[in-house]
Amino acid sequence: MAKAKFGVVVFPGSNCDHDAYHAAKHVLGGQAEFLWHKEGSLQDVDVVILPGGFSYGDYLRCGAISRFSPIMKEVVRHADRGGHVIGICNGFQILTESGLLPGALLRNRSLKFVCRQVHLRVENNTSAFTSRYRQGQVISIPVAHGEGNFYTDQDTLAEIEENGQVAFRYVEADGSLTDAANPNGSLNNIAGIFNKEGNVLGMMPHPERVVEQLLGSDDGLGVFESLLLAISGEEPVLS
Amino acid sequence: MHTEPTVTIEIARELGLTDEEYQMVLDYLGRTPSYTELGMYSVMWSEHCSYKNSIAVLKTLPRSGGRLLVGAGEENAGLVDIGDGLAVAFKIESHNHPSAIEPFQGAATGVGGILRDIFTMGARPIAACDSLRFGDPDNPRVQYLVKGVVHGIGHYGNCFGVPTVAGEIYFDSSYQGNPLVNAMAVGIVKHGQTATATAEGEGNPVMIVGSSTGRDGIHGATFASVDLSADSESKRPSVQVGDPFTEKLLLEATLEIIREDLIVGIQDMGAAGITCSTCEMSAKGKSGMHINLDLVPIREEGMSAYEILLSESQERMLVVAKKGNEQRVRDIFEKWDLHAVTIGHVTGDGMVTVERDGEVKAVVPADSLALGGGAPVYIRETRRPDYLDTTLAFRIESVPVPADFGGVLVSLLSSPNIASKRWAYEQYDTSVRTNTAQGPGGDAAVIRVKDTRRALAIKTDCNGRYVYLNPRRGAQIAVAEAARNVACAGGLPLAITNCLNFGNPYKPEVYYQFKEACGGMGEACLVFDTPVTGGNVSFYNENPVGAVYPTPVIGMIGLIDDIDHITQAGFRAADDRVILLGTNRNEIDGSEYLAHWHDIVGGDAPYLDLEEERRLQALLLDAIRKGLVHSAHDVSDGGLAVTLAESCFIGDRNIGATIQIAHDGVRKDALYFGEAQSRVVLSCAPDKAEELLALAKAAGVPAADIGVTGGDRLRINEDIDVEVALISEAHSTSLSKLLEKV
Repeated sequence: MAKAKFGVVVFPGSNCDHDAYHAAKHVLGGQAEFLWHKEGSLQDVDVVILPGGFSYGDYLRCGAISRFSPIMKEVVRHADRGGHVIGICNGFQILTESGLLPGALLRNRSLKFVCRQVHLRVENNTSAFTSRYRQGQVISIPVAHGEGNFYTDQDTLAEIEENGQVAFRYVEADGSLTDAANPNGSLNNIAGIFNKEGNVLGMMPHPERVVEQLLGSDDGLGVFESLLLAISGEEPVLS
Repeated sequence: MHTEPTVTIEIARELGLTDEEYQMVLDYLGRTPSYTELGMYSVMWSEHCSYKNSIAVLKTLPRSGGRLLVGAGEENAGLVDIGDGLAVAFKIESHNHPSAIEPFQGAATGVGGILRDIFTMGARPIAACDSLRFGDPDNPRVQYLVKGVVHGIGHYGNCFGVPTVAGEIYFDSSYQGNPLVNAMAVGIVKHGQTATATAEGEGNPVMIVGSSTGRDGIHGATFASVDLSADSESKRPSVQVGDPFTEKLLLEATLEIIREDLIVGIQDMGAAGITCSTCEMSAKGKSGMHINLDLVPIREEGMSAYEILLSESQERMLVVAKKGNEQRVRDIFEKWDLHAVTIGHVTGDGMVTVERDGEVKAVVPADSLALGGGAPVYIRETRRPDYLDTTLAFRIESVPVPADFGGVLVSLLSSPNIASKRWAYEQYDTSVRTNTAQGPGGDAAVIRVKDTRRALAIKTDCNGRYVYLNPRRGAQIAVAEAARNVACAGGLPLAITNCLNFGNPYKPEVYYQFKEACGGMGEACLVFDTPVTGGNVSFYNENPVGAVYPTPVIGMIGLIDDIDHITQAGFRAADDRVILLGTNRNEIDGSEYLAHWHDIVGGDAPYLDLEEERRLQALLLDAIRKGLVHSAHDVSDGGLAVTLAESCFIGDRNIGATIQIAHDGVRKDALYFGEAQSRVVLSCAPDKAEELLALAKAAGVPAADIGVTGGDRLRINEDIDVEVALISEAHSTSLSKLLEKV
């Protein structure tokens, strides 16, 4: 089977598009393409990455305009067919705006942008995005956002929890769940969630920024390696 | 149609021209200028655009040599070769006055302006830094300014997608009412893909690209060229409004047209907008331009020629395309949803001719307006300030030696100038673009260069108090310390950019500070072989009480030739030896300890010998490249004890140390908290200590094994014994507590 092909969607204000591309292609040795938001084709990619950034400046609600981009129709179709989609930071916001994931990302409770290294606990390692992590593993990964405060109504929250849709939670270095470990006020310290079917992941932290020890940590590699494994059944050979 | 007022000498004065300057205009033109023309002269001959009171002194700085590809003043930013067919474009600029009035937009547009300077060179910005100065942090207005400025910097840089990785924040009452906001940007470009700010080739189309033009920022440059006063609040409309999203689009479109070789030249529109870009590009190309303002996309109805020419609306560029490429340029900008409109063409007559409403509104010789051309040049009177007699009279014997050195250390670590600036830099995206090998909090930021083995060390530095106490040596220290920080990270200093923040140049004492500081800076740059690639002068940093500390901020770039040589400031392992390079001296002059603990701003600037400093840095780099060094942190604000404390907690984890240092006749407070220069604290594996000490001896650098790392406490002689976790907490949270208290 051919190597998994990653497609990085480029909205005009995407600014983590190069980072996701670099991680998928140069570090992981996968195939990667940029997908311009005005285009109507996904070029047969296996995984769609909605990267971080400020897709349309985010002067309105984050992600509120990008969901109307021509390419988003294709992304929704891809997801509906069971294709894999990962939205990181602004990409997570776009996924909730377009209805592929439940909930919304509100302004951080500090009302400030926050960029720092946080600890995440892997809550469900049975997915295509997390199989390379151990259940309960604590990883170190940066957040960089002003609006990452995950919110939803109580019924939906209960449903997300029951279905095992929580992918990652903000925790202390020892894995304990505290309010102090929560950088933005997210309900239940939620940092990332899957859709019900498990083929769509949205997360505020940036796995693509921690794939090389030179930059301090490679704890984010697991997300990309898991996808490679899920799609092409290959054990990645790191370049 | 707009009726323009008839020009008189009174109107010229109102626009900020002196009588002599008005006479120069009459002489250049051989007639009375139109109101529009007068406006163009007024803004181009403002201090901000013409450097009229500084250029003669700036020309004495070393501006060539080393790896310089483009020197000071030749282009929008300097350009330095880093090997592998790559070059670095970098520059620093001030946005002080706008930030004093409207901190959020003032700081944001400062970042936007410097980023444009970098990508007009064809370079993609890879890092930003910000050097900030504010008044007393207890003051509510100061807190408002700090929060607004930091928010504005984050807002612009985060959205644009450049990591903000280094900088400084100092607080001192001299900056009350007149904060300093200096923004620096660094970009990377391949050799042969750089763009130039010139207009050549008669008939080539002149295009305006990016945002439309509004009434914002008219006479911003003039506003930047006078003292702030009680009336300054009314100048709020002179502050521009930034749109980082549009800037991101402008970046991508600009890099595309440069890459496709569609253009002759390009210049960013910053101060003085269309006026400045048309005149400077024409003057540089020894050409001219004919432009029709009716074609400029405008945001508001009824704008006059004067307003369009002087508008400082952000996120715009002037492009001279190669004839026949207009459509391709338009297509690229359209892809990014931006305007690209032809507004005129290049001529060969040396004149900038401006039409509006079917009338010619201005015909001026391009060269007469531009810096280096016809703009006035002044050398002002200097006088040694009287305060120096008082400050130099300070003697260490006049203050008591404190009893509790541990208490002083904790107090210094929690003081606003030494405390961690985490509260600010956590609001900046520091890791976007995945190149940040070392972010804020260490000695210098380190940015790796993808597809190579290289990395850049980036640092801004200036201790304004030192420069106040001794302008010449203070400026030398700013360069020396920036270079030392770069060397501590494993980098060879390559070049500097400078942002010279001073008071009103018409005050002889201020001009003395300016001239002396430039002299000292030049001397230091020669010793470290770091030419000045350009920068910015900001005069008139005054408030009703007086001038700010003279603050010549140095932005330095260093090259780490192999990523294996990247060196951290914090201790890495237990049982490492701790080595002190350099000599402790019996002085507390100009120190944070003297200011913070004894409330005295006095003495000389700390000891510095440039040759000794050069030897130290050469040795340090040699040792790092030989793989002998685990960590390196320079001794600066707060002295040796603060450096040791920081070494314990700014690494990946807290590591204590037990230190024994000989007094050697040095008073204990001077030993622990004095700020004599040319000292570095290293750690190394125990089996490397001997080799390191021998290497230092051979290089003529004093070096001593002063202790060992390990445990969870920092112990220094019998005088200091503190828990690392506690001092780390104090250092890391005190600024946030100070600024966030309700």
